[in-house]
Amino acid sequence: MATSATHAGYAADNYLNHSRGLASWLFTLDHKRIGVMYLIGILTSFLVGGLLAMAIRAHLMAPDGALPLTNDQYNQVFTLHGAIMVFLFIIPSVPAALGNFLVPVMLGAKDVAFPRMNLGSFYLWCFGALFLVGALLSSGLDTGWTFYTPYSTTTDTSVVLATFGAFVLGFSSIFTGLNFIVTINTMRPPGMTWFRMPLFLWATYATSIIQVLATPVLGITLLLLIAERTMHIGIFDPEYNGDPVTYQHFFWFYSHPAVYIMILPGFGIISELISVHSHKGIFGYRFIAYSSIAIALLGFLVWGHHMFTSGMSNLTTIVFSALTFSVSIPSAIKVFNWLATMYKGSISLTTPMCYALSFLFLFTIGGLTGLFLGTLNTDLHLHDTYFIVSHFHYVMMGGTVVAFVGGLFHWWPKMFGRMYNEFWGRISAAIVFIGFNLTFFPQFILGSRGMPRRYATYDVEFQGLHQMSSIGAFLLGFGLLVAGLTLLHALFKGKLAPSNPWGGATLEWHCSSPPPHYNFAHAPVVGDPYEFDHIDYDRSIDGYVFTSPPREVLPKTPQAEPATAKDSHS
Amino acid sequence: MATTEALPHDATAEDHDHGDHPAFLAHHFDTPEQQFDSGKLGIWLFLVTEVMMFSGLFCAYAIYRAMRPEVFVGSSVFLNTQLGAVNTGVLLFSSLTMAWAVRCAQLEQHRMLVGMLGATLGCASLFLGVKSIEYSHKMDLGLLPAGFYSYDPHAVHHHEGLSPFLIWMAAPFAIATIGLLVWYVIAKVRKNAFQSLVAGPLLAAGLSFFAGVGLGMLLESGESTEGVEHVSESAEESLAEIGPLVGEEEGIHRQDPVEPTGVEPIDAADAENEPAVARATGVVGQLAQQETNSGVRQQLLAEERQAEMASGRITTSAEDVTGPVGELVQAIDTPRLGGVFFSIYYCITGLHAFHILVGMGFLTWLIVRAARREFESNYFGPVDYVGLYWHIVDLIWIYVFPLLYLIR
Repeated sequence: MATSATHAGYAADNYLNHSRGLASWLFTLDHKRIGVMYLIGILTSFLVGGLLAMAIRAHLMAPDGALPLTNDQYNQVFTLHGAIMVFLFIIPSVPAALGNFLVPVMLGAKDVAFPRMNLGSFYLWCFGALFLVGALLSSGLDTGWTFYTPYSTTTDTSVVLATFGAFVLGFSSIFTGLNFIVTINTMRPPGMTWFRMPLFLWATYATSIIQVLATPVLGITLLLLIAERTMHIGIFDPEYNGDPVTYQHFFWFYSHPAVYIMILPGFGIISELISVHSHKGIFGYRFIAYSSIAIALLGFLVWGHHMFTSGMSNLTTIVFSALTFSVSIPSAIKVFNWLATMYKGSISLTTPMCYALSFLFLFTIGGLTGLFLGTLNTDLHLHDTYFIVSHFHYVMMGGTVVAFVGGLFHWWPKMFGRMYNEFWGRISAAIVFIGFNLTFFPQFILGSRGMPRRYATYDVEFQGLHQMSSIGAFLLGFGLLVAGLTLLHALFKGKLAPSNPWGGATLEWHCSSPPPHYNFAHAPVVGDPYEFDHIDYDRSIDGYVFTSPPREVLPKTPQAEPATAKDSHS
Repeated sequence: MATTEALPHDATAEDHDHGDHPAFLAHHFDTPEQQFDSGKLGIWLFLVTEVMMFSGLFCAYAIYRAMRPEVFVGSSVFLNTQLGAVNTGVLLFSSLTMAWAVRCAQLEQHRMLVGMLGATLGCASLFLGVKSIEYSHKMDLGLLPAGFYSYDPHAVHHHEGLSPFLIWMAAPFAIATIGLLVWYVIAKVRKNAFQSLVAGPLLAAGLSFFAGVGLGMLLESGESTEGVEHVSESAEESLAEIGPLVGEEEGIHRQDPVEPTGVEPIDAADAENEPAVARATGVVGQLAQQETNSGVRQQLLAEERQAEMASGRITTSAEDVTGPVGELVQAIDTPRLGGVFFSIYYCITGLHAFHILVGMGFLTWLIVRAARREFESNYFGPVDYVGLYWHIVDLIWIYVFPLLYLIR
């Protein structure tokens, strides 16, 4: 093919060097550059949030605190860790950074439907991040990332700044989701039906539905909270006859679907990774696609399971519990389909695949421990203990972050046109996997033995497990550092990437690495995104090339026939 | 002008030369239809987010109404139904002009388009003018969110001069209107057709804010502010509602909602002298005279109690009314109870007013573009999208009005 015939698929004129100068980046409308800018911002937040996590774990090395932090400062550290990781990192991680880069390319489109709005949502993200950082610098924040009333209406830390930051970030998220829904609906190329879309797009679509439907509710909740603090409107504040449980309902109506905003794009990445690196078509395409939508919709019905101990009626808790279990069905469908995809595939244990396998293991543990929390009687014991901390880290960190890092390794050659060192990539995956389990598995035991979450100090009997967890956290941090350095090294020293280093069949592998400014010189031919039969390894470029399928049109046999018959065929 | 026939060629063109694209077609779209559909889907999704956002507030309304119905019943009498109704009419009319504007854009009637957009903008401005009177009046009375709620029914309210709240709300509009007036005059003097086409509707919109203020003042001042007791607008409204039951023969004049000036002060003292039951006439009165018919008696007593309370003369004998109505007194005398209603009132109407302001920004932008004749039969998307946004703002008000003003 024309695209891969050039020098290893590396495009001389690509989106990175199409125009130069800082202004050409800051005012760009190119979705790829916006995606890269998001990536920089998001990884910076991840670094900050990660360092805060290291501080938490270091402090918990000793029962009375190993670091010279007061208990109030500890509260601020874990709050900022949570708020930064949730609002600045995980929610925008896959959709805003990878999604922005990949959605139009996977669609064979030139850009998202609303490029200016796309840039606007990036600046909203920056603006919201400034407010969160402002809260950090002014008087901190110690409410936990959930801003529960009445504490958030009485504490003298900067709740208003932080909630306004989260409000603005919500709008950034809404606009990103809206953009993707419209892009996927109206800009699919001819021939790409809904069921010929890559599963990453299905996952992004489901995510976007949640972003559009749920985030406005967070917006109004945070506005009301700001009004509560500034004007004492008496809706959430019991001092003025408000009802704090109403706040929890409002908050979780957004924040539970937000959990699926975080994990669904991770599912999308894993669907791509497992299929491509097993070189085998995805098993149960429609089931995976529909289960994404099912998760998105069911996610709206289960918010009450965060509030089993907040004082709801028995009937309500039973209904929420039952609905919670129903979410496990589409999640399990996905896991089984991924396993079935790998079965009898020719699996290449590349770095992305190593991360995908970690994901399968960690997410399954995270999902299964969710069942203990969804069960009413066990939840009463486990609520607000380290068990829940561990559960959602298995899902968010072991699920989304591992998928995100795997996705970064998978698309890094496409984004920047450079290959990284496979050896160090795999080492990082191994360290992350071991470090992660060492960090969070002891926390399940801690929680089930009654260690409450968010405490700065603990009983001496818990010290062994806490130290194990802390050492694991440092190992995990080290593993991510190795991953980061591997990718950074690739940027500067990596060899040029072919246009299709893994043998993927989706459209992004049809354009050069990195993609040209307009993504595709020719409108790409749309085929089955998981059809790997006509992709062959080419040793000369150390990548894969698309071969033309043998055409089974009629010419051969009619050739032998008389001229009269030939005419009738044409 | 580029036509759509030229466009499919561009979709497969190798170079991304924009020569075949009409100026209005963004580079990443292939056809105007695709661009229009994308915008339309986008705005509908945005409207979904708006509905979700407001639904949070409506949910809060439902929850707190269910928790403390007496607060809502007692407090909603302070809202002036006339002003609410005027604003409803204004917004409905603005939806008509907006829809008409979309049609004008499709038919390429450029001047008419500017006029219709200007009319919509004027209605928006009028709405805010009336709203500012409503707000400032309530703020003067101390009918504020729970934290600041300072309504005292016994206090004497003198309205001397303009409310400082009103001045704060009207000042930005005054400055803008003066600026627009200067701009308009300069544009006229210089005979700059484009600038006067833009400045004209904007100036009219600025003026209609003050028309709204004037209209609001007229309707608000229909009550008596003389005498020792303050009679709020809502009292007279309640009395007017009770009128058919309580005592039309006693000279309680129901006010003409259109011409509220020159109405006599309500002789509220008379109304207090006789029990409502005794004053009730007609079939209801006869029913109420029967000792056994406690339902009607309760109803009349409750209505009188409500009217009294709204008139700010609650002093004694709250205990002889039973049931939730007896709690009404406590409900609005206790800031922490009565404030909740006004919290929700200010949140819902405030967010709605903010949407009106944003819509006015969009309309101004459209007026500038329409004056440049940028819209044509192939390209009227922005007018259509802003129109949809405007309709949802209108529609939200259609829900807000009965929930806050009418349901008692």
